[in-house]
Amino acid sequence: MIDAENITKSYFTGTPNELTVLKNVNFHVEKGEFVAVVGASGSGKSTLMNILGALDKPTSGGYALDGEPLEKLSDNQLSAIRNRKIGFVFQNFNLIPRVTALKNVELPLFYMGVGGAERERKSRELLELVEMADRAKHVPNELSGGQKQRVAIARSLANDPAIILADEPTGALDSKTGLMVMDIFTRINRDGRTIVLITHNPELARMAGRVITLSDGEIISDERVKGGAIA
Amino acid sequence: MIFENILLAIGSLRANKMRSLLTMLGIIIGITSVIAIMTVGNSMSASVSDQLSVFGTGNISVYIQEKSEDTGNTPLFMRSATLSESGGIVPDSRSSSKAPDSEDLMTQDMIDAFAEAFRGRIDGVSQARPVADSAQARDGELYANVSVYGVNAAFENANRIELVAGRFINASDVAGNRGVAVVSEKAIQNMFAGETPEGALGRQLKTYANGGINVYTIVGVYKYTRSVLSVSSVAEKDIRTNLYIPVSVAMMDSVEKNFSSVTAVAAKGVNVVSLTSEIENYFRSVYARNEDFGVAANNMESELSAITNALDQISMAIALIAAISLLVGGIGVMNIMLVSVTERTREIGTRKALGARNSHIRLQFVTEAAIIAVIGGVIGIILGVSGGTALVSFLDVPMIIDPLTVFGTIVFSMCIGIFFGYYPANKAAKLNPIDALRYE
Repeated sequence: MIDAENITKSYFTGTPNELTVLKNVNFHVEKGEFVAVVGASGSGKSTLMNILGALDKPTSGGYALDGEPLEKLSDNQLSAIRNRKIGFVFQNFNLIPRVTALKNVELPLFYMGVGGAERERKSRELLELVEMADRAKHVPNELSGGQKQRVAIARSLANDPAIILADEPTGALDSKTGLMVMDIFTRINRDGRTIVLITHNPELARMAGRVITLSDGEIISDERVKGGAIA
Repeated sequence: MIFENILLAIGSLRANKMRSLLTMLGIIIGITSVIAIMTVGNSMSASVSDQLSVFGTGNISVYIQEKSEDTGNTPLFMRSATLSESGGIVPDSRSSSKAPDSEDLMTQDMIDAFAEAFRGRIDGVSQARPVADSAQARDGELYANVSVYGVNAAFENANRIELVAGRFINASDVAGNRGVAVVSEKAIQNMFAGETPEGALGRQLKTYANGGINVYTIVGVYKYTRSVLSVSSVAEKDIRTNLYIPVSVAMMDSVEKNFSSVTAVAAKGVNVVSLTSEIENYFRSVYARNEDFGVAANNMESELSAITNALDQISMAIALIAAISLLVGGIGVMNIMLVSVTERTREIGTRKALGARNSHIRLQFVTEAAIIAVIGGVIGIILGVSGGTALVSFLDVPMIIDPLTVFGTIVFSMCIGIFFGYYPANKAAKLNPIDALRYE
């Protein structure tokens, strides 16, 4: 599903301040895996996430998502890839203020060009899945942190993506709510969805089936977790 | 897609009502002034055409003019001019010029010869001689304010007099020096309370003017129309209307037997402009031996179009100045859109992460700017039309709203929105999604 070979990401290339954030990272994820990426801040987790999410391009190395190499694609083509293949869940939810939970979930379908009625039907179904159907008409301000994140997860599933990328999805939540959100991910994963989760909480990471540890831009360990989710 | 964007735009405008309104204000003021000025301008020029068309565009003013005066092709209204009594426009003489003597003026014989020479091409030569500007016509206690004019038969045609009863002054009235009069229905109302125009025919009235009393028999009553340009506060019963008597009767008391101006009425189908120059040529030989004075001719058709053109140009010029405030309004839209883009950087980043292309983002913000401008434009049109209506009713001219102007204004304000919204929208579209998502 994810095939990243020798990914290097540097900033200020060719200047004395050259900064290499990722060094020859090889990263492979199979379909249906639930992978947690852990590491201290500054270890390169977010940069890796941006590259995997087709938001950023590596300085060198090759990356193919769902069998499709992304190096040569234009901005618009990358937009289409993000739209069809990737579901994002962010630490700070990033719901659009002013519009209802339902409209937020519809957003990826809107950019895909799906018609209004079909968008609404599908979005209601997804809100049902995360147990937020009764809040469909609420705007984000009227929701708690956990509720916002559930709406965001529903939104990440809207386009039936190949992979869910979650960047510290529990970072802004208390531990109880965080566990509930992790529960949802586990459930989604059991339904066959591939998930890559970034966290710095080792306990939560162990709920995934596989934990990859990054340090100083390099993968220092890659272990399967017994009793974790599908690996 | 467009419809969704419009809903989206309206949603975000509603979230910032006060700010949206203030942004629109510039556009509103601009559109309001343009529409109001156009409305007043259109109404004014329509009213002037209306006013002047009373005389008919076939009227040719024939008047005495100092030979040294260089008139060129300057339209009459650019110089100082007055409406002549016989039904045309005649320029005022320059202050430096000397007044024509009696022998410089057109004699009755000259006028008759002129009418004869152009027989068939003109429907007569209208002559008028003011007798008394402020006179009273009385029947016992009741009175009507009148201005008395001596006129000939052709006057009716040149001035488009509409009769409601009886007949106008005719050639035999003039030839026979008959003591007859044609009065307005207003004068009938005031003088013979409750009398119908038909009933007034044959009745006698006395005019009191310049210390003299004259008695006339009413032979005709004409339709009274209130002049559209006059802003008058005079009571109904004091309104002054014209009373017409045969020109020959008026001449009997007059020392001056000659005329400084007459009005020829072109026959149907005759080219008025070339007829005008032919008339000038005709009089050139008549006045060949007069060193100081000659005869000039002017037609209403050229005058009318020159006046309306000038009025249109004036209102266009003012409207252009007003359009500058639209420019300022447009810059206001751009400014607020830039603020909005900055405020919503995270939203833009999110949208891009979810698969929005640059063009989606650009369209979203351009639509928002266009909606601001169009709503401002519509409010401006409503205010402008009502403001224009108020001004027009104050000036007492008929209201003219040009639907093309209204439609054009809506399109124009939309263009302002798109033009000034494009730069901020493009800025939003080009944001790097990673930076935008990280924006605090």
